[in-house]
Amino acid sequence: MTSLSSTPSQRPEALGPQTGEHGASEHPGEHHGDHRMFGLATFLVADGMTFAGFFAAYLTFRAVNPLPSGSTYELELLLPTLNTVLLLVSSFTFHRAGSALRRNDGDGCQRWLLITAALGFSFLAGQMKEYFSLPFGLTDNLFASTFYAITGFHGLHVTLGGLMILIVWWQSRQGGRVRGGDPFPLEAAELYWHFVDGIWVVLYGILYLL
Amino acid sequence: MTLTLSPPSATAPPLQPQGWLRYLSFSTDHKVIGLQYLVCGFIFYLVGGALAGAIRTELLTPISDFLPRETYNEVLTLHGTVMIFLWIVPVVNGAFGNYLIPFYVGARDMAFPRLNAVAFWLIPPAGLLLISSYFIASAAQSGWTAYPPLSLTTPATGQIIWILSVLLLGGSSIFGGINFIATILKLRRPGLKLMQMPMYCWAMLGTSILVVLSTPVLAGTLVLLSFDIIAHTGFFNPSLGGNAVVYQHLFWFYSHPAVYIMVLPAFGLVSEILPVHARKPLFGYTTMVYSIMGIVFLGLIVWAHHMFTSGTPPWMRLFFTIATSFIAVPTGIKFFNWLATLWGGKIALNSAMLFSCGFILNFVFGGITGVALAQVPFDIHVHDTYFVVGHFHYIVYGGTVFVIFASIYHWYPKVTGRMLNEPLGRLHFLLTFVGFNLCFAPQHWMGLNGMPRRVAEYDPQFELINQVSSVGALLMAVSTLPFLVNVILSAFRGEPAGDNPWNALTPEWLTSSPPPVENWHGEAPLVHEPYGYGVEPGSLSLAATSGRDLWSAGDPERKP
Ligand code: HEM
Ligand SMILES: [Cu+2]
Repeated sequence: MTSLSSTPSQRPEALGPQTGEHGASEHPGEHHGDHRMFGLATFLVADGMTFAGFFAAYLTFRAVNPLPSGSTYELELLLPTLNTVLLLVSSFTFHRAGSALRRNDGDGCQRWLLITAALGFSFLAGQMKEYFSLPFGLTDNLFASTFYAITGFHGLHVTLGGLMILIVWWQSRQGGRVRGGDPFPLEAAELYWHFVDGIWVVLYGILYLL
Repeated sequence: MTLTLSPPSATAPPLQPQGWLRYLSFSTDHKVIGLQYLVCGFIFYLVGGALAGAIRTELLTPISDFLPRETYNEVLTLHGTVMIFLWIVPVVNGAFGNYLIPFYVGARDMAFPRLNAVAFWLIPPAGLLLISSYFIASAAQSGWTAYPPLSLTTPATGQIIWILSVLLLGGSSIFGGINFIATILKLRRPGLKLMQMPMYCWAMLGTSILVVLSTPVLAGTLVLLSFDIIAHTGFFNPSLGGNAVVYQHLFWFYSHPAVYIMVLPAFGLVSEILPVHARKPLFGYTTMVYSIMGIVFLGLIVWAHHMFTSGTPPWMRLFFTIATSFIAVPTGIKFFNWLATLWGGKIALNSAMLFSCGFILNFVFGGITGVALAQVPFDIHVHDTYFVVGHFHYIVYGGTVFVIFASIYHWYPKVTGRMLNEPLGRLHFLLTFVGFNLCFAPQHWMGLNGMPRRVAEYDPQFELINQVSSVGALLMAVSTLPFLVNVILSAFRGEPAGDNPWNALTPEWLTSSPPPVENWHGEAPLVHEPYGYGVEPGSLSLAATSGRDLWSAGDPERKP
């Protein structure tokens, strides 16, 4: 078979002598940094865009779709405000867990993690309680549906985060992965948790206060 | 597409893993994954092509005789979805991105090899799921856009399967995007500056930013749509107080960037191919980079040009017309840069170059009709007519698919160690180019004269021109044959390619063909000037490029 290759104006071989070492099975001088946190952060940007889409939809509904007459869409403020406080405090306690680990205080780290998880699950319990006390259901009207969709999606994140915290708690026991010198699970769960809390604050502002 | 043959044993590097089974495995080697994407995507291309054949057969006559109307809608929906989400996006991003990006940044693999394998292995099940919906119940019938309320009133099972499948593919795309961003920004070989990267890296960086920012919005929207279908919520259902236009906004917030997700990587790939076969440096590197980033930014704020007939308020029409027209500026810069790259070059008119030039021609035509469509007074006449079909096929097929073929001709020697047959390649190009233009150019005329898209039946006055279009489609189908024969036979019989048959300077050519696991036996080369062609000998220092023997492995005296 014939093939037509280009006629180069010059060949790379003619570009002058090259030096270089090779042959070592190791690859000296190459850094293999740990980019998992960077990857996670990029993922959280993506995740945040999902929420952004939901918020944009909600705000547009608000702007152009009036609530049909006879339908209810009333939110109590007390419980969600309490929940906001719970999440904010949990962000702080998670931070304490991280500092404890850096101080080599493994037990302190575990204690703070448990507190964080407990706060997270209390948040979920509060959310459940709110769901059951609301005067509207999922399909009652546009706002009811949007409310449940957004808070539900966020609640899924909290659930996932809570489970992650429990896993990290297990890994930070004596001899576990985290205490054994790989802080990645803890740092990842912490970043994720702060993200989930931050989203909640925005959500609270848009859904409850606005 | 057997790309699994090992090269002649004399040049087979010891590290090269053997056996074709690894292409069916959960391999984490970026080159294996790249080929998995390519072959898998091509199989789906054949499926999507068969569906297109069914559409063009139906449209031979004005009445719905070949396919019942519902079936026509299913075929149309499957065709669009398969071509976009299972062929173009995975191949132009996943296949070439995975194969090339680690080479270009001087890395031995992607930043997250396992995530990479996961991203690929989401695709075959998603694709099978989608196609199976045709056999299980009936496939979705609401087009690739799945606009409500249509998508709420057509049979639910197929629509839900469609949503599931697109969600999986979107997930795959996001994982891929994260990986590309991390690889390009974090895995660069020490000493390689951003502004020294080959252009495809910039294209993939821009594309991945779009993927990460916009795909999640589509995912969230489709979840809401599935609620509307399953749980009878009314997010997008006007009869339940919902708002169908919000769906359109959210959908196009993804899907306009998605057209750049489909075309930006192709821009990058031609920017690699043209300089090599014209033996000239890529013209205007810096402007090219800024154009890409300009397109990324503008691409995110023009989505409502798809919605000029959806009751968009005047200020919105104005804004989106102006913003959209602005995209022509960075796009035009790139176009003229390519022309300037070719200008006065020692052009080798081989298959890779022919397909690249075909791309430039087709793309500029599609770009011009695009700018025309951005003008509201014009668009309200041709919206949802065949004019739009002509427009986007000129860009998606005439642009991106042409570049995919150009890239296969260009990189096949690297991947397999063997050359493709040149006469067959030219025959492929000729058939594709003629067939493509015959198929899609007349569609502009149909649209201007009022033939609506997505309908199985049409006014008899359009019969002849539709038959012309269908003949073009037949030629396109035929054109696949020489290509398939070529890639399969050449894998066994092709002339050995050597390491660098095109005498190219980008890093993937500075290693053996096919490359070893981990890409280089020695240290990764540091290429400061990936396009330093045609400079006076000696003025370009490759001294910093280590692994000199990699060069000499190719026979410098090899005659074409
Ligand atoms: C100069 C750049 C471009 C401009 C100004 C432009 C403009 C437009 C406009 C205004 C429409 C809407 C027409 C209508 O539905 O009435 C449209 C449709 C479309 N464009 Fe473009 N476009 C450009 C480039 C692209 C590119 C690069 C791609 C793909 C790679 C693309 C793919 C599409 C697709 C797929 C549709 C139809 C979507 C559908 O309704 O199914 N366009 N374009
Ligand atoms: Cu668009």
